[in-house]
Amino acid sequence: MANEEDERQRRQRMRSLAIAWALAGLVLLFFVVTIVRLGANVAHPLVR
Amino acid sequence: MAKVSLHANPEALLVTGGGDVAEYFALMKPRVMFLVVFTALVGLVAAPGTMHPVLAIAALVCIAVGAGAAGALNMWYDADIDARMARTAARPVPRGKISPDEARAFGTVLAAGSVICLGLMANWFAAGLLALTIAFYVFVYTMWLKRLTPQNIVIGGAAGAFPPMIGWAAATGTISLGSFVLFLIIFVWTPPHFWALAILRTRDYARAGVPMLPVVHGEDETRRQILIYSLILAPLGLLPSLIGLGGILYTVAAAVLGALFLLFAFACYRERVGPGAERAAKNLFAYSILYLFLLFAALLVEQGFGLGGSAFPPFWTS
Repeated sequence: MANEEDERQRRQRMRSLAIAWALAGLVLLFFVVTIVRLGANVAHPLVR
Repeated sequence: MAKVSLHANPEALLVTGGGDVAEYFALMKPRVMFLVVFTALVGLVAAPGTMHPVLAIAALVCIAVGAGAAGALNMWYDADIDARMARTAARPVPRGKISPDEARAFGTVLAAGSVICLGLMANWFAAGLLALTIAFYVFVYTMWLKRLTPQNIVIGGAAGAFPPMIGWAAATGTISLGSFVLFLIIFVWTPPHFWALAILRTRDYARAGVPMLPVVHGEDETRRQILIYSLILAPLGLLPSLIGLGGILYTVAAAVLGALFLLFAFACYRERVGPGAERAAKNLFAYSILYLFLLFAALLVEQGFGLGGSAFPPFWTS
């Protein structure tokens, strides 16, 4: 029974870690995409 | 303890849920996801104009996650069928590793997330197409056609044909003749591909109550239909060359691959009894995957490395 509970907790921990990594990846992706999209506009501002 | 939904099979009554990460990954049908990403990449690269590599990668990630979401929702709804078929009985839901409700929640969150992210990172037209694809696969194919008609994979095959169109739309914000031709190739490729598998799994599908063509109309009729679709597919593979999308490399590849496809389809049509019949269907199924991969790879190499150059004067601009 204790082993089952340990196993359940281990899987829970791994799932939590996977969600954390996925969210971190998403944050990074949004950051990079924002920079890329901004890049062109910053490099070529409306007022020259 | 996770609740068991209406669609759960008897085995799923043992569900404890809370599967590990690998099981959630399996829920996304990674092999299908790979083919979806690959064909979407070809659509993206073949589209006119250029797309920033970061935005292209972001768009492909969204498309991959959207495909995974559709796979998860399919596994949620089809848990009862999957449990009765040898090919799918080891999937996470029928094994009780992930509860049907968990699969549904996982698929729904990923579907919504992938569509919103694609809209924000590429454009909302491509996001709309991704949403349509997921909805078509889940509602039209999985929930409606699959259990209703032997034409299930003919119409449902549209869902698998959309990815190059989504990739194209992500790059250009629109669709055009070129993306429609890529859609058409996969659409016509799907029936012979799936029916070759269905011949090998007829008893499985019959036991699960899925009205696949060989179950309803028999193997002979299925082999005839396979040949008809293959006769359409082989010349259709050359259509990109005629509209200026494919160059010499693609044209040669499409001609050779199409001729081989016809050979395998004809062998499948001719060999109807004994181990030869099973081998012919197995060969066709395996080759059909290789066919699509190499056909699109030829286009990818040509367009990606600028080896294009129409093999024929285009009668229509893509």
